[in-house]
Amino acid sequence: MSLWDRLRQGLARSRSGWVSQLKKAVAGGRGRIDEELLLELEESLLEADVGLDGAEAILDALREAAAKERPSTADEVLSLIRRLMTDQLSEHRRELHQPPEPPGVILLLGVNGSGKTTTAAKLAAQLGGRGKVILGACDTFRAAASDQLAEWGHRIGVDVVRQEPGSDPAAVAFDTVQAARARGMAWAILDTAGRLQTRTNLMKELEKIHRVVERALGRPADERLLVLDATVGQNGLSQARLFHETVPLTGLVVTKMDGTARGGILWAITRELGLPVKWIGVGEGLEDLQPFDPQAFVDALFAGDGSREVP
Amino acid sequence: MAFERLTERLQEAFRRLSGRGKLSPADVDEALKEVRRALLEADVNFRVVKDLLERIRARAVGEEVLKSLTPAQQVIRIVRDELTALMGGEHAGIQFASRPPTVILLCGLQGSGKTTTAAKLAFRLKQQGRRPHLVAGDLYRPAAVDQLRVLAKQVGVPCHEGQGDPVEVAAQGVEAAAQAGADVVLVDTAGRLQIDSEMMEELRRTRDRIQPHEVLLVLDAMTGQEALNVARTFQEQMELTGLVLTKTDGDARGGAALSALAVTGKPIKFVGVGERIEQLEPFHPDRMASRILGMGDVLSLIERAEAAMDQEDAQRLAERIREADFTLEDFLEQLRQVRKMGPLDELLQMLPGLPAGAGSLKGLQVDERELKRVEAMIQSMTPQERRNPQIIDGSRRRRIAAGSGTQVQDVNRLLKQFEQTRALIRQMGQAGRRIRGGKGRKGWGGLFRGRR
Repeated sequence: MSLWDRLRQGLARSRSGWVSQLKKAVAGGRGRIDEELLLELEESLLEADVGLDGAEAILDALREAAAKERPSTADEVLSLIRRLMTDQLSEHRRELHQPPEPPGVILLLGVNGSGKTTTAAKLAAQLGGRGKVILGACDTFRAAASDQLAEWGHRIGVDVVRQEPGSDPAAVAFDTVQAARARGMAWAILDTAGRLQTRTNLMKELEKIHRVVERALGRPADERLLVLDATVGQNGLSQARLFHETVPLTGLVVTKMDGTARGGILWAITRELGLPVKWIGVGEGLEDLQPFDPQAFVDALFAGDGSREVP
Repeated sequence: MAFERLTERLQEAFRRLSGRGKLSPADVDEALKEVRRALLEADVNFRVVKDLLERIRARAVGEEVLKSLTPAQQVIRIVRDELTALMGGEHAGIQFASRPPTVILLCGLQGSGKTTTAAKLAFRLKQQGRRPHLVAGDLYRPAAVDQLRVLAKQVGVPCHEGQGDPVEVAAQGVEAAAQAGADVVLVDTAGRLQIDSEMMEELRRTRDRIQPHEVLLVLDAMTGQEALNVARTFQEQMELTGLVLTKTDGDARGGAALSALAVTGKPIKFVGVGERIEQLEPFHPDRMASRILGMGDVLSLIERAEAAMDQEDAQRLAERIREADFTLEDFLEQLRQVRKMGPLDELLQMLPGLPAGAGSLKGLQVDERELKRVEAMIQSMTPQERRNPQIIDGSRRRRIAAGSGTQVQDVNRLLKQFEQTRALIRQMGQAGRRIRGGKGRKGWGGLFRGRR
């Protein structure tokens, strides 16, 4: 079963039947886009965590496109929305940024419990694992966080640079970059402590890690990725904003997409901040990390009730 | 986002209304549009929002506009009352078993904060004179057991571990804890998706084996619309006795709490308010209601300040401020007090009406080393300088820096921070006056009242 099947299956299990409701709304409108239909569509989008402003933007685009293309059936309206939503997520480059010279450095940031450590391990495995990648346990705060990363490192045969709990995370970052260079690694992946984006003192610590990496590397970390939990609501936008302010981000990793959450806040984030989603996590296994594909993502979202009457 | 002022926007919506006697359907609809926006922005599930608005509408239409309130305030009050009612009346704590040990099972999605919450609850119960034990039942996430073990050590309570089948490990852990004289046993479990039937089945078997007195769902305050489905499924499968809301110290408005409550009917028993082990608090429906509406969490702020501040000191400080006689000695005293309460920026988030002030406060973070330096600098000043910092000129600055082992820039910074604090306290005094019905008199409450 492909990962996208699994994602689709996860979404299919959300019983409320997001799509069937959407389809019903569209079918009721018989291809006309009137205020009543827009209201129904808004609710569907709200339920997917797109948010009021995000929903408004999508519906505005729909109105505009519909005036030109004049969809005449429910299916045409639906495929129009799908296209618009896919386009919004496709605007930005999603490829992994290739470093000018090795080691490439990936810095993972995010709030507590978003899945940074697991993502670090998955990325390490996907970028070649043993002999190619080194992990840096810069979460020196959470109890046993470095043990968790070390355990992952052990499983995939990747070295983990770590220090005593409570030590300076920037120092660990520095050591990791140095070790990556000395051992000829292609990538160094830095796991950092979770922090709420409003904790200015902790955000300063992050700024310092970023600075220290730049000093050690001679350029900023090649990827600065915000790890975002797919179940997050409107706070996701605040997370993206404030982390982006502290360390200019290069993209997002969205985790826990194997659940029923639809990650609608992504539309708001990509629209406001222009940040691409680069990877998504769809399970707890090492292989359950997938480059983000907007088309497949939107397809999965719209295939939510498992029925295939809409292409 | 946290400070979006619903009241102000409602005021706008009601501008045309002033002077009329009753709230008409049109007025109420206009106002409820704003309320809807506020609730949705707070991540309250849209179905819950719909229900809620209907109830509020039914109650508000035709109501007399009270003389003492503006129409906007009146609608806010109705909304707040409804939210508070929905969230339950008084604070519900742990229901202890008549025959100890009381067994508490914690469950939830990955990353919601179960392990941390288990340790925080253990700490809290220990503070109350109980003998809690922890059981490490998360055998899936790498090093989850180590995490709980480290936290248990910090708290100073035993932690029971095992390997193999999580159901057996939990059962044996509870057994071992009971035999070792625990009166409360907290069982941590692995995070799981509510749609993962195998994992949910395992959780049910765990519950059936250990027969917990409390089954608590740990829910991240930043959760979006899914909170409803998550809570509903856990409720259906696990028969929850309550909820714990975590990570409320950020700027999430926490509408997820309302969704979860609406669908489970179970009380929120505790909220996590920070990363430190003591940062778990009882849940207060009225405060959460204000927060979801974007009205700040003034009461929590006051209470937290009260707990941390020595009341006499606070009284004295309030006096000083009233007399505009806030000195560097008071500043030092205040830094020490604030340190007990947690970072200043965190406190300020709870206070409405201070968005501008909050931004300029980045320099006011209190950390341990910084505090020592500040202490040294202030102690290197003469009593006259402490009371009257304006007289500290360049040569005095050099002397103070030399005397305290710091740089002149450090002294400059201190004096600047002192001025900022003074300005802030003035601001707080003004903000405080806007807040009616606070407990007043003590702590920051006293501070608010201190300034006229």
